Amino acid sequence: MTPENLDEHENGMPEMRFDPMPVEEEEISHLKTENGQTPAITLLKTELPAGTSPNRTLQAVKVSTDHLNFFYGQKQALEDICIQIREQCVTAFIGPSGCGKSTFLRTMNRMNDLIPGARVDGTVLIDGRDIYARQADPIELRRRVGMIFQKSNPFPKSIYENVAYGVRINNLAHSRRDLDEIVERTLRGAALWDEVKDSLPKSALALSGGQQQRLCIARALAIEPEILLMDEPASALDPISTAKIEELIFELKKRYTIVIVTHNMQQAARVSDFTGFFLMGRLMEFGDTRRIFTNPTKKETEDYITGRFG
Amino acid sequence: MHRHFEEDLSELKQKLLTMGSLVERALHQSVKALVERDAQLGLQIFDGEEAINMLQIEIDDRAMRLLALQQPMATDLRLIASAVKINNDLERIGDLCVNIVQRVLSLINQSPISPMIDLPRMAALAEKMLHDALDAFVNRNADLARTVLEGDDKVDRFRDDIFQELVRFMTNHPEAVQRGIDLLLISRNIERVADHATNIAEDVIYVVAGRDVRHHIEETIQPN
Repeated sequence: MTPENLDEHENGMPEMRFDPMPVEEEEISHLKTENGQTPAITLLKTELPAGTSPNRTLQAVKVSTDHLNFFYGQKQALEDICIQIREQCVTAFIGPSGCGKSTFLRTMNRMNDLIPGARVDGTVLIDGRDIYARQADPIELRRRVGMIFQKSNPFPKSIYENVAYGVRINNLAHSRRDLDEIVERTLRGAALWDEVKDSLPKSALALSGGQQQRLCIARALAIEPEILLMDEPASALDPISTAKIEELIFELKKRYTIVIVTHNMQQAARVSDFTGFFLMGRLMEFGDTRRIFTNPTKKETEDYITGRFG
Repeated sequence: MHRHFEEDLSELKQKLLTMGSLVERALHQSVKALVERDAQLGLQIFDGEEAINMLQIEIDDRAMRLLALQQPMATDLRLIASAVKINNDLERIGDLCVNIVQRVLSLINQSPISPMIDLPRMAALAEKMLHDALDAFVNRNADLARTVLEGDDKVDRFRDDIFQELVRFMTNHPEAVQRGIDLLLISRNIERVADHATNIAEDVIYVVAGRDVRHHIEETIQPN
């Protein structure tokens, strides 16, 4: 399916800003991907992420897919997904169970490769390069595209080793001191340092669920990825730990491209700049989070986010 | 724990205060234009009104966004819901100032009539009510907000007295009916300003204390 009408202004809520200059409503022409494809979904200039001024241009496209289809054997799980994901933004995907949002997330670092009978067609470009091209290296890809799962899965090692492990095997540290610095910087970046700095040699499994999840984020950050994929990163956590993860996401987007899948619509609303709604393998609607949650274009989206689904 | 929601909330408050100060200034200017018969000053209101209108839209947009995206609760929810209402009251006061100035411009074109009666005192009281209501909002001061509610009755009495006096005046001076009506309309607009200031004060009490004091509902309904 090619989502239509997503760029028609009359269907979207016009941005209201305290700005005497009218915001131009033309499409943004520089949205073309590097190989010149024009995506099916374009955003209006009025659909800027929260906090950006109307005159600021949109962040560059980091990931784009073109007519992406995905099959588990005979079953088609994704149908004709065309989307652009921007760097230094949080993009959230919502939708009912089995709608394809996690499958789509996993196509971005080829985690689906490991599933027997899985097949991809169409393209997924990161920085304009096809990650499914024959010469593309999935190991290198997964270093650039980190992933956080629903259930925290630290290694059964010390807190220090959890972060240091990836750094060591990727030869990113030149000395022990260098490694210490990377571990500290990364744990600070994951908002965990103050809580664990005195217990680095202790087992990571002794940490609370929320701390383990932040440790997993630190582990992902340590090898300097560009993109972070998060699959329900807070669904097993209490509200305080969830709020910490959400604040962390807000901080991390300054440096990374973040894509998050969540069952928790409120969480998508709170943390993301862009939201996509998946239904039965299709991307029904995609746009500025503020617009999706105040004035969605499609009836299906409206029904889902207002809880009138089905 | 730091939450960026807090920043959004304080920006919303800040915008509302900016709006409040613009409206306060508009009210002050329109009354000054009346007393000093200063058409130039009066005309400035029209520019100010545009800024007030734009801020109204921006504040509503921010509040909507916070309600839709942040799921505020308790104090935060009361604050945002009240911000929308206070925003509306402030914008209406801005409109009333425009109405006042239109009558002032009409009066300036006619020769002055001696009794300006109690209008400036009434206006000063309405100004103080608005100022105190906004002050109560900033400082989360429910007691100060309650004093604003008392001011409303005084302003109503002013309006009744002025009404009677103007009717008497117009009866005796039929040639000054136009001017009498202009003054009557001004007193009516000032009385409406005081009503909106009262609404704002009621909202402040709701935000701070979580109590709904509108329409004396607390006196008639005993909770639990």
